[in-house]
Amino acid sequence: MNVQKQWAEMTWEEKRQERFKQWLSVPDVKFSSPEAEKLYIERGTRFAKAFQMKKPDRVPCILPVSNYPAYYGGSDLRTVMYDYDELKRTWRKFLHDFNDSDVYFGPAMVPPGKALEAVDYKLYKWPGRGISGDTTSYQCVEGEYMKADEYDALIRDPSNFWLRMYLPRVFGAFEPLRNIPPFTTIEEIAIMSFVSYGRPDVQGAFQALLEAGRESMKWMAAVMEVSLEATQRGFPGIMGGLAKAPFDTLGDTLRGTQAIMMDMFQRPEKLKEAMEKIATLTIDSTVASVGSAGAPVIIMPLHKGADGFMSKKQYETFYWPTFKKVIMGLVNEGIMPILFAEGSYNERLDIVKELPRGSVSWWFDQTDMSKAKKILGDKACIIGNVPTSLLMTGTPKEVKEYCRKLIEVCAPGGGYVLSGGANIDKGNPDNLRVMMEAVKEYGVY
Amino acid sequence: MSENLVNMLADLKDKEVMELVQQRLDSGEDPLKILEDSRKGMEIVGQRFASSEYFLPELVFSGDLLKRITELVKPHLKQEVTPKKLGKVVIGTVAGDIHDIGLNIVDFMLDVNGFEVINLGVDVPAETFVNKVKETAAPIVGLSGFLTPAFDAMKETVAAIESAGIRDKVKIMIGGGQLDDGITKYTKADAYGKDAMVAVALAKGWIGAK
Repeated sequence: MNVQKQWAEMTWEEKRQERFKQWLSVPDVKFSSPEAEKLYIERGTRFAKAFQMKKPDRVPCILPVSNYPAYYGGSDLRTVMYDYDELKRTWRKFLHDFNDSDVYFGPAMVPPGKALEAVDYKLYKWPGRGISGDTTSYQCVEGEYMKADEYDALIRDPSNFWLRMYLPRVFGAFEPLRNIPPFTTIEEIAIMSFVSYGRPDVQGAFQALLEAGRESMKWMAAVMEVSLEATQRGFPGIMGGLAKAPFDTLGDTLRGTQAIMMDMFQRPEKLKEAMEKIATLTIDSTVASVGSAGAPVIIMPLHKGADGFMSKKQYETFYWPTFKKVIMGLVNEGIMPILFAEGSYNERLDIVKELPRGSVSWWFDQTDMSKAKKILGDKACIIGNVPTSLLMTGTPKEVKEYCRKLIEVCAPGGGYVLSGGANIDKGNPDNLRVMMEAVKEYGVY
Repeated sequence: MSENLVNMLADLKDKEVMELVQQRLDSGEDPLKILEDSRKGMEIVGQRFASSEYFLPELVFSGDLLKRITELVKPHLKQEVTPKKLGKVVIGTVAGDIHDIGLNIVDFMLDVNGFEVINLGVDVPAETFVNKVKETAAPIVGLSGFLTPAFDAMKETVAAIESAGIRDKVKIMIGGGQLDDGITKYTKADAYGKDAMVAVALAKGWIGAK
């Protein structure tokens, strides 16, 4: 039988079911104990049910931590970006000390500092490189990395635009790649095709790439080692990858915030056309990145469509159409997008509720959860949203009480996951422990 | 004609605005009056932003428009104009944070509303704030920060102003993505502003302007 064809003929719900089944089947690893294997199934099932708006045994909880394990383990981001032994040690310590959590995130979001240095990465600054060493996060540098007159180049041939115009601006080491011809010009009789690769500067660029690759392999081994241990201890991965809304792709790291807002007035049609193109690229690369057995869950951090950034009308005109296209492109492949709405989304709920029932989950930062439950409650799983301000400066008692109220409002009927509004890097570990206490005490169905 | 420019600018009709500015310059009108009308137009833009009729794209676009008007008018000015300012405000994004979208919008809105803004940029150490406040005797400080590390950086900046012995001479407002009134207490700042127009209102309140 032709499996490929069968897949193409399935509905999105059937594909979803198939992917979830694969994801929740017990992996071929040596579990640390029979209990761990039981927990693996229990945890996975809890999330799978909540994401699909069903009632699990109790409300699941995602501890809102990003670089937190580094600091909890007595190190810092600057160190673990370069020292992979420290990276492993701190992330393992967190795994061991928080072993009653529902989910565990490995250190894959801590980038390898040396690899980024090898290619002279300019889009981000990180502690010790552009920002003070004790900073707990890496941060994007706002800029116009794509010029206003480059829309046509992007639309006509995105790969060429990326390789020869965009990447040389964000990676210093890629500067010489401007000098290689587009790959589409390689001739049938390849006589002149490789001449530019003989240039010393182009060779230097490839050397830098090779170095970044070697370093990334070392980093990857460390990340995999920790992830394997987490699996053995009964933690299924629940995030399969990341994707962005096309408006954010253009507005964050291509045109920049200021420029994309000018484009909304000065070249709205080009902007829309480029976003359509980016939507297709995003769907293709994201679907490809979700393995057949990994978590079929993609998290989409959302930025510039939040309340206050633009009007409802601008959201409907510029943000929503291609964002929805990406969402549905993933949904139609059986993938569950978790839409992480940073800031607040109160004014968007009436728009986004049009998505098919059960197709996505919404993770809210500062959105009013009772409003979200009311409008989206029978449409999608909702996740959130203990404020980071409370998590970082409040007492465990205050945090637990906040969780109790959230559960009271959001849990009825199923389809709710307790988490933070955004992730934290530092703070009282007891404020995390009481989140787990809260779901166990107040969140049982 | 004066009202026309004010309203056209407020309505963001850029082509009409630029034509009218050119016409008024050609007719030999005092360029200072054109700038004054532009300022009034920008005030309306600010009001519309405060009432959620306008959002960031309109602020960005109007800012660009104002820049174009100023460039057109400038060569016609007989001397450098130093308009009377309501007061000084020192602003900046605190140490460990390099985000400046919000910072620059606050800068812009304070400026068009008559304040002299001293913008220290991003990743600003506490002592730089202290030194600048001492140097300029600004009665207002605005601390910006987008990420959670800003909580502590703001707290440290307020503490540095305190230990420099000038805390009672300044009012401090904070603003940014993950902040709220709880963080105002935590940092011992005086107020939290959820957007640029709240910053303007706070600043005006503190210096007793209408």
